[in-house]
Amino acid sequence: MRILGLYNYWFFIFLMMVGFYILISRRNLVKKILGLNIFQTSVFIFYISMGKISGGTAPILIEGAEGVVYSNPLPHVLILTAIVVGVSTTAVALAIVVRMKEAYGTIEGDEITALDNENPF
Amino acid sequence: MLAHLPILQVVVPLMVAPVAALMRRRGAGWLLAILGTWAAFGIAVLLLIQVLAEGTIIYSLGGWAAPWGIEYRVDTVSAYVLVIVAGMGAIVTPYARLSVAREVGYKQAPLLYSGLLLCLSGLLGITITGDVFNLFVFLEISSISAYALIAMGPDRRALHASYKYLIMGSIGATFIVIGIGMMYMMTGTLNMADLAVRLPQVGNRTITVAFAFLTVGISLKLALFPLHAWLPDAYTYAPSAVTAFLASTATKVAVYVLLRVFFSIFGVVFAFETMTLYWVLLPLALMAILSASLTAIYQENVKRLLAYSSVAQIGYIILGISLASVTGLTAGILHLFNHALIKATLFMAMGAVMYQMGSVRIEAMRGLGNKMPWTMAAFVAGGLSLIGVPLTVGFVSKWYLVLGLVEFGMWEVALLVLAGSLMAVVYIWKVVEVAYFKEFMGDLEVREAPLSLLIPIWVLVAANFYFGIDASLTTRVARSAAELLLGMGP
Repeated sequence: MRILGLYNYWFFIFLMMVGFYILISRRNLVKKILGLNIFQTSVFIFYISMGKISGGTAPILIEGAEGVVYSNPLPHVLILTAIVVGVSTTAVALAIVVRMKEAYGTIEGDEITALDNENPF
Repeated sequence: MLAHLPILQVVVPLMVAPVAALMRRRGAGWLLAILGTWAAFGIAVLLLIQVLAEGTIIYSLGGWAAPWGIEYRVDTVSAYVLVIVAGMGAIVTPYARLSVAREVGYKQAPLLYSGLLLCLSGLLGITITGDVFNLFVFLEISSISAYALIAMGPDRRALHASYKYLIMGSIGATFIVIGIGMMYMMTGTLNMADLAVRLPQVGNRTITVAFAFLTVGISLKLALFPLHAWLPDAYTYAPSAVTAFLASTATKVAVYVLLRVFFSIFGVVFAFETMTLYWVLLPLALMAILSASLTAIYQENVKRLLAYSSVAQIGYIILGISLASVTGLTAGILHLFNHALIKATLFMAMGAVMYQMGSVRIEAMRGLGNKMPWTMAAFVAGGLSLIGVPLTVGFVSKWYLVLGLVEFGMWEVALLVLAGSLMAVVYIWKVVEVAYFKEFMGDLEVREAPLSLLIPIWVLVAANFYFGIDASLTTRVARSAAELLLGMGP
């Protein structure tokens, strides 16, 4: 039961491996970025689920409500920052891909590598 | 004012950066960048003086006490790295004006300076913070601006190089966040000093996994062999000024993160005895030295040659660290500074060649010893320092490294280190031979690089010799930093 009880970590590992596999196996530059996004999203799930306490509720202090269990809000706040970082990385990556499409006329990694090797600089 | 120096260190370049991006008048962005980097350098020097005189400075952001609020902590190690990073920023920016104008163009130059300032503030933030999550955020600030800076290179291959760096760098950063998350999960704290106290009390498998994730993530960022694949392309195709800046700062700060995580957070006992990190780092460092030096010999593009040499030099730094002894760490930390000086000199000399010749292939250097005597002399001086000839900084750090190895009786490894130096002789000689013993073929009009390029280069050459002849200051700081990391000194 312990293994099932830790299902959130199994999700995390599964998503992480899916993202990582796409990142490594795909040659298309945009698909690689998608893989990177899935990879990063898995970490978001890891952080968010880590703060959850069974029976815990949103951490809003209400007067008179004693003995309420709260979920830990800090990992959620942390991951907001990491989401922003992920979005900006994706934006920069896509901007670079757009420029590469203009410069090379393709977004296939293999073709670009071949073009790179044509005239060694 | 003085009490707020730690936060100003990061905020000044961060605030100047967007203003520099908005400048439309020619040279205005550059002037602001000068202002930002020199202010940062001044603050870093003041902090180092203060730390050497009074010990560690602790600054709580917004007045929130340490385990809850974010804490900035300046000790000898971080003050030393701050001076290196800010100093390199302050010397590259004056150099950058002409070089950037030619390679990137006046129109995009303000954006480049803005990126440079952002990258600088990110690197300074990594160094100064005492909070692991804050460290990750600054790491991403510096990395994302570095991707943009590299993509500005004149060749279209700069885009591909930047893309590859982005993918690898993001994987590394994500690994670091996973490691941080696991540490937080087990201890409930993000403060480095607090983590150092609490981690040994937990000591289970999650901590081991966190350690592994952090090690791999940081190794990607510092381009430790075999995770260095992104580095040669990125350094080759980035604008020359950017290469000089990144080569002398970005990987150095990653090494600093490594030192912090291994020594300050996990502690030398856990990292090197329980996890036997020594057996991981030492072989990788040796392979970095030998394979990267060998690859460097066969390069036709001098910037790429120097990039491979950087991978090898990172190997020397990691080799020193892997010994986890005072002498070994001193050697590693000394080489942080010395290698920054050496590589900045060499890359900036190549930037001057690029400025005049429009190429840094070895054929382009034919006869340049006569045509550009000052530039090539600086290259030779930097090359001597890279090889480790006495009276240069390269000698000082290699001397300590060999001493550290001999302390453990590792004569074979010391011999391999010397073999690496011999290979450096070969690849530097390749350039020198073409520059001084081949006839000049190209345009007869080629002249010496302008003074605004030469002066920063020669300031660095002078530093190479000054700190090579009188190494007492750098050695003293590096040794006290090493003792601090090993928990022996104040």
